[in-house]
Formats: sequence, structure tokens, C-alpha cells
Amino acid sequence: MRDAVARVLGRLLGRLPVGWLQLTHNRGRLAAALAGVAFANILVFMQLGFLGALVGSIRVPYDNMNADILMVSSDMNTLADSSPVPRQRMFAALADPDVADATPLFVGKMDWKQPDGTIRSLDVFGIDPSAGAFRTPGLAASAPLLRLGDTALIDRRTRNVPPALFAAVDDGRPLEIETKGRTVSVVATISFGGGFSADGYLVVSDQTFLRLFPQRSAGAPSLVLVRTVAGADVDATVRRLRTVVPASDTAVRSLSDAIGRDRVFQTTQRPIGLIFGFGIVIGILVGIIIVYQVLSTDVADHLREYATFKAIGHHQRLFLGIVFEEALVLAVLGFVPGLAASLGLYAIVAAATGLPVAMTVDRVVLVLVGTIAMCMVSGAIATRRLAQADPADLF
Amino acid sequence: METTPAIEVRGLDHWFGSGEARKQALFGIDLAVEAGTLTALVGASGSGKTTLLTLIGCLRTVEAGNIRLLGTELAGAPDPVRTACRRRLGFIFQAHNLHESLTAMQNVRMGLEVHGAAAMARWEEASAHLLTLLGLADRLDYLPGKLSGGQKQRVAVARALIGNPDVVLADEPTAALDRETGLAVVDLLKRLGRTRGTTTLIVTHDPRILDRADRIVTMQDGRLVDG
Repeated sequence: MRDAVARVLGRLLGRLPVGWLQLTHNRGRLAAALAGVAFANILVFMQLGFLGALVGSIRVPYDNMNADILMVSSDMNTLADSSPVPRQRMFAALADPDVADATPLFVGKMDWKQPDGTIRSLDVFGIDPSAGAFRTPGLAASAPLLRLGDTALIDRRTRNVPPALFAAVDDGRPLEIETKGRTVSVVATISFGGGFSADGYLVVSDQTFLRLFPQRSAGAPSLVLVRTVAGADVDATVRRLRTVVPASDTAVRSLSDAIGRDRVFQTTQRPIGLIFGFGIVIGILVGIIIVYQVLSTDVADHLREYATFKAIGHHQRLFLGIVFEEALVLAVLGFVPGLAASLGLYAIVAAATGLPVAMTVDRVVLVLVGTIAMCMVSGAIATRRLAQADPADLF
Repeated sequence: METTPAIEVRGLDHWFGSGEARKQALFGIDLAVEAGTLTALVGASGSGKTTLLTLIGCLRTVEAGNIRLLGTELAGAPDPVRTACRRRLGFIFQAHNLHESLTAMQNVRMGLEVHGAAAMARWEEASAHLLTLLGLADRLDYLPGKLSGGQKQRVAVARALIGNPDVVLADEPTAALDRETGLAVVDLLKRLGRTRGTTTLIVTHDPRILDRADRIVTMQDGRLVDG
């Protein structure tokens, strides 16, 4: 194996692959170095996985909305962090010829105390049951059930809830939820997907929502979902709607623009996004330090040999080549176990949290390229020690 | 017919250190070594032999005086010129300085790689031939850690000679070798001198070499005193 790789590398490099031979000569040090690179990979993969899950979970409610345009409060940061919008903005939108439909959406948050005493946090959406606010599979069929007061549909992917509870609901046995001094009867399940802000989602009628949140007003929904007619230019419609509603209280955004703004805010302004970003930086720094230590020690251990090669007449570029060859070998060989371990951890985290933590090809390529770059940076720093290889000291 | 010396040293002075610690190691060295000869450099420890060897080998910068090596003036020569000169030399160190991760063949190969792709075309054949000549036919793929001291030194000799150097600079090359192998190495260097005109300058105290040297040069306290 060692010799076979050496032959391939020798052909690629056009010289003896001294870096490969050095690394594989000391198996213990190589194993430690690869473990270090793999560890850094795992750190970065996990942080990117969490960041990806955060972005994915931000999209979940938006992707379920049956809308092309959102009318939101001008101070909106996220769906749950926003002032209400005057309901008359919806009527202004309905007057536009390219608007097919508009419906209010109420957004709130509540705690659900389970029979065992544990509390689950739920994002609550209040909708007009006849308006088709969401395109969630199964919701259209179950929405008429919401016309009965104090009924609800629950996200069956809500975290840390015994599956038997949802199975009972699906079998026609409603689940009674005690919250805010009221009892809500869950009559059907839907599939939204877990997020970072809550354990799951609850969908109720707008009337039930207003009973659960008495401080809210029917004239001030959280946002208005606007659907355009087929073939309409969404951006042009957005521009037109902006001219008919006051920018002081209402912002008109295409769905993709609203998702983008929410994602940017949550990943750059909120602590959770910053923590994941900081974790990525820490992972890269750990990798750089580990690989630098390995390469630097390796250079120090071979100074006499390098000095001998210098005396023979080898150029400095040979030694730089050896160090970068080692950096590349460490990057590629360390990446493989790092990726394998991360795939396993992703599966565990996704199963444990219900978060959309999944590997993507883009992420694999990004981390591989980043790992190579990280190792090259370490190699570049380690080459400074090469200057200590003085052939005059050999005699 | 008068020939140009392979090595020509004129008025060479050298110092180590700086300020008050500055100490002169060589004093006005004049030496000419004819091509194809084997010259032994002898003298007590600290007499300046090794310093002179490293200056001739382009491993140190000439500070005062002149060294003309194979027709190239080393005083004031830039690094690329000195590197090019080193490629025409073969170095044999007292400590073999083999690369621990490379086999005997691969260590020898490193002495050939500096000469470019053309020289590499038959490197395996050339390396094996030279190592066989030095009695290491059954150790070609051994790592240095599996070789005895004498075997390592013979690999180092092969590494120095594989590139057909014009000048061989050696520091106690036979110290780790038994009598028979030591003589074989000296005879090989003599033969290269006769057949290829290779010039050899050896720092040694080995009487086996002194007996076969064309010339013996003695140094004392940084000065040439004999030869």
C-alpha cells in the first residue's frame, strides 16, 4: 500500500514523494495527525450541520406557506419577532389586479404541558380555515375541522413527544392540550418539521388563536399571505403593492426575499447563528494548530536530512514541496474519517432533535477544499523552520 | 603541460562570530588541488580542516581571499551559482546523514534527482549497480534503521558518487568501515580519479587513506603547514 501510493505520487510529482514516505514512516505520529485533522473536520462539519439545520428550520414555515408575497410589519426580523400588520393592508393588496388571494396569518408561541409534566414549546399559527394559507400535505383535508372552536392540528414531528400520542390522534382520538388556562383539542396531525425556536408547530383557526391570545386583535394579524394570479410578475406586483401601503408600518416582500432576510438576521444577528459561525472558526483554528504542530515537528526532526539535500544541491522548492505534500496528504487522509464520523453524528443528531441536519454535496466539497487550504496554511507556517537547515553544520 | 587545478585557494581567511567574540579560523590559506588526484587533509581537531572543506564545498560564504572551484570563483558568488557548483560535488559526511524514511536505493536516488529528468531515466539501474559495487546488493530496499553503521556509510558514499561528481569532499569517510570495505572505498575514489578525473579532498586520520593519497596536506591552527 505504502509503496503503491509512493509510486503514484512519484509519477504525479516527478520526484521521490519524500513527504509521503516521511509521514508513513512514523505510523503513530501519522495516526495522531490524521485524528487531529479528522477532529477539526468533525468540528467544522457539525457546526455547518447545525447552521444548515438553522437555515433549514427557518425555511420550514415559509416553505409551507401558500403565498408568493408577504405583507409584514416594517420592523419584522423573524416570523415570531414582529409587530402586527393592520388588516386593511390585506384589502389594499386584494385590489391589485395581479393578486388572486390574500389571507391573514397570526403567529404566536405557547407552552404545552404534557401529562408527564414536561413542557414542550410550540409555535402557533392562526389561519382562516377556508383560505388555504398553507400548502402542507394533509392540512387542506383537515382544515375544516378547525372551524370547531378550540380545535387544533399538531406537527407530528414535534420533539420529545411519545409517538403513541400522535398515533391516537390519527386513530380519531383527540388529544387534549392544556394551555393558557384553556383546553385545546388536537384533532389531526400534520407534518411541518422541527425548528430551533420551538419543539413543533400547532395550527388553529384565527378564532381559536384569538381566544388563546386574547391580547391580540382580529384587525392586526402577524402578516398577510398574498397569492398572485398565474403568470403574474411577482416582483412587479411587490413594487406596486409597496406604493399602496405605508412603508412606515408595512413591508411588502416576495416570499424568497422574506426567507433571505430572516435567514440573514438569524445567522448574523442572533447569538445562535453567531455561535455556530464562531464554532466553524474554532474548528478551522484547531485544525491549523494541529497540522502546524505535526508539520513543524516533522520539519524539525528532519532538519539534518534537509540540510544534506541542500548540500547536495537541491533547491529550497524541494523542501517546500515536501512540506506541502505532507499537508495535502494529511488533509485528504484526515478528511475521510472526519467525513465518515460526521455522517454518523448527523444521523444521531437528526434522530435526537428532529432538526434537518443532513450532509450535502456542496458542504462535503466546501469542507474538503477548506481542509486542504487549512493544511496548506499550516504547511506555509511550518516552512519557516526550514531556514534552520544549514548544510554547513553537517561537517 | 600545465593544467588548471580543480580547486584553487588563494589568501583565504575566515572568521567565526562577531564583535569581541569574533575569532579567526583560517589564516591566508593557499592551496591548489590538481584534477583527478586524491588529497588527504590532516591536522589536529580545531586546526581548520572542516572549515576549509565547507568553504570549498560552497556551504559557507567566502569572506576574504579567493576560492576557484572547477573554474568558478566562489568569492562573491550568488546563491544560485553556489548551488549549481554544489551539484558538481559529492559530499561524504562523517555522520552518514541518510534519510531515515528512505530505503538505501531511495537515499542514493536523492543524489541523482538534482541532475534532472535525463539523469533519472536509469536511476534504479545506476543506484543498484553502485550499491552492489559497495557490497550492498542484498540491502537495496533496506531502511537505514535496518543497516549497520558501515552499511549506512557505504550508502552515503553511493549517494555522493551517483551523480558522477567532478569533486568529492569527504570528512572521515572510512571511520565507520572495516578494513576491507574502507580500502574498497578508497580504491573506488582512486579509480574514479584515474578514469573520470574526479578530484577527491578528504579530511582523514585513516592510515589506509594516507597510504594511497596522492598528496597529504597538513593544517595547524588555521594555517597550512605542510604539503
